[in-house]
Amino acid sequence: MPRKKIELENHVESLSILDADGNADESLVPKLEPAEMRKLLRGMLLARRYDERMLKLQRQGRIGTYGPALGQEAASLGPAYVLSKNDWMIPSFREPAGMLYRGWPMDKLILWWGGNETGSSVPEGIRDTPICVPVASQCLYGAGVAWGCKLRGDGTVALCFVGDGGTSEGDFHEAMNVAGAFNLPLVCVIQNNQWAISLPRKKQTASSTLAQKALAYGFNGIQVDGNDIFAVLTAAGEAVDRARRGGGPTLIEAVTYRLGVHTTADDPKKYRTEDEVEAWKCRDPLARYYKYLKKHGILDDKARDMMEEEIAEEITAAVEKAERYEPDVLEPWRYCFATMPNFLEGQLEEFQAYLESVSGGEGRSNHKRSELSENVH
Amino acid sequence: MAQMTMAKALNLAMREALAEDPTVLILGQDVGQDEGVFRITEGLLKEFGPERVIDFPVAESAIAGVSVGLCIAGYKPIAEMQFSGFGYHAFHQIENHASRFRNRTRGRFTCPMVVRMPYGGGIRAIEHHSESREAIWAHLPGLKVVIPSGPRNARALLRASIFDPDPVMFYEPKASYRAFKEEVPDEPETMEIGKAHVVRAGSDVTIISYGASMRPVLEAVDELVDEYQLDPEIIDLLSLVPLDTETITASVKKTGRCVVVHEAPRNCGPAAEIIARIVENALEFLEAPIQRVTGYDLVLPFFNLEKPYMPDPTKVITAVREVVNY
Ligand SMILES: Cc1ncc(C[n+]2csc(CCOP(=O)(O)OP(=O)(O)O)c2C)c(N)n1
Ligand SMILES: [Mg+2]
Repeated sequence: MPRKKIELENHVESLSILDADGNADESLVPKLEPAEMRKLLRGMLLARRYDERMLKLQRQGRIGTYGPALGQEAASLGPAYVLSKNDWMIPSFREPAGMLYRGWPMDKLILWWGGNETGSSVPEGIRDTPICVPVASQCLYGAGVAWGCKLRGDGTVALCFVGDGGTSEGDFHEAMNVAGAFNLPLVCVIQNNQWAISLPRKKQTASSTLAQKALAYGFNGIQVDGNDIFAVLTAAGEAVDRARRGGGPTLIEAVTYRLGVHTTADDPKKYRTEDEVEAWKCRDPLARYYKYLKKHGILDDKARDMMEEEIAEEITAAVEKAERYEPDVLEPWRYCFATMPNFLEGQLEEFQAYLESVSGGEGRSNHKRSELSENVH
Repeated sequence: MAQMTMAKALNLAMREALAEDPTVLILGQDVGQDEGVFRITEGLLKEFGPERVIDFPVAESAIAGVSVGLCIAGYKPIAEMQFSGFGYHAFHQIENHASRFRNRTRGRFTCPMVVRMPYGGGIRAIEHHSESREAIWAHLPGLKVVIPSGPRNARALLRASIFDPDPVMFYEPKASYRAFKEEVPDEPETMEIGKAHVVRAGSDVTIISYGASMRPVLEAVDELVDEYQLDPEIIDLLSLVPLDTETITASVKKTGRCVVVHEAPRNCGPAAEIIARIVENALEFLEAPIQRVTGYDLVLPFFNLEKPYMPDPTKVITAVREVVNY
């Protein structure tokens, strides 16, 4: 009968290992070979340079609107890094570092932002879903994929990403609730980059942390310095292990910052100050990690320059490949259904006649209608 | 009279309503500090403050559902969905509550709210930002569906929608936001919802459209007149619910021929209902089967392939010629 404080089974922690100046708490630094340490830097650097090139391509009109992930490289690479190949990754739209690390061909990502469906068509062998635009909707199919992992019982897990703004959507809440209720092997990483377009994190929710939302769903939450690759790796690694062992979901809030525009259609000057951005630049995930590597003799300037050169070449090759791509104007007809229904065949004929009329016959693809009706996937 | 774009005209209608009626509120993502991702709510936060122009968390279902509650509590919310492609989250609150409260409570509680959303293609946007799904809402009893085509009617219709006693889905053709300017009167102007506008009187064929696809229709006129010596009558519906059966029927009775144009997919699309009304009311006047120029029943391609999949003047001209040469 008495009134007393309820003790919760689950807890919320916070974790930071590598500070903004590149000093680490060595007792917490994950045990990694130097080669792995360099690989992590390369993953972040690749994503940074890719973003910069994409912004350039956008200004030149060679792709459409672009949403960069500048400053969020550690938060998206770390969780991807701890997955096994057979695990699933369910990205949102600000995870190029993770996606590239998982093996998404860079030209596919460029093509996506260039307005081509092929950018969503992940190559066989990669267990990742494509870029997802409707905010937080991916959390629900992420929970479904995790459920599949559990049913199959093969020890695989699913990792999904969402933004701080995304935590306000019903889809996020429903996904976390389902993950908890069915003890699913789901790791959800919130990239809390402080902004949802123009809405600051403080106005998004009254919760003092996003990690604490896990408690309401019945599992553990952890808030990590999302610009600290060691903290992200550690938290994600533990969460993935727990999920693999049947220990259920984890919510990770990676505290980071969107250094760039929301997308190239956005003007952040309308809602945030330069001072704020400058302050966060001092907490850059790449700069601090590089300082650490240098201090520990794991990488020097020369090796880094070589890495930069290699990356520049890789990006140039991807841009060239993407720009060689020629979309097939009839492709949309092939993928709406497994087999094209009659009513669409009539519309296709109409469409082909139209193409012929506007191009004097040249627009006519050499696909026969029967070929288009047979779906290849 | 001032020359302005549709973006400015919509802004003007909201500014006037906020100034006139203290129960009018704006709720939406990035509508305040950022002034809307299309700058439609420019200056409104500054002028009316954060209690009237509300920056909302990323939650469309909440924007719609909270608006229903605000209506019950005596307010007139203007809810903005950032893109129509994200309005589906709000579907449940709109179908199960906004459209039904009047009936459920036998008029005790009503939902005088507007749900504004930009729709349509042609702006090189990423996935989910270019669809035309207005037919979904037109199917729901209790909702009005209003779609302006130019600055002047946009301003007048938004005003009418804000002060309409029932929920209005207000679809804004985003490709037309800044495409052209028009004279807009200085004084607040309103329009009756449910009245179509005969944009051009003619005798040979009736072309019916609305919203974004009025532009390819109007662009086809010169060629139809000069090249093919045709005299088309052009109707801008301005509202799908209520649909102006009278204007449509009268025109088709006169011309005997009809083409309906929209960006939305064809299957169960607005054209299907328009043609059904014509068949019910003017079948014996028809001299040719009615043609539809619409989006195909496919997922609209990403922007690199989008263009040939949208209605354009060529498609309109082809359809009109088929109808008149039948
Ligand atoms: C369901 C839905 N509503 C609105 C949008 C428009 N939109 C795109 S990103 C965004 C903000 C998302 O913020 P957050 O989740 O923090 O992710 P971030 O952009 O910061 O990475 C909004 C409102 C959308 N894409 N999907
Ligand atoms: Mg964010």
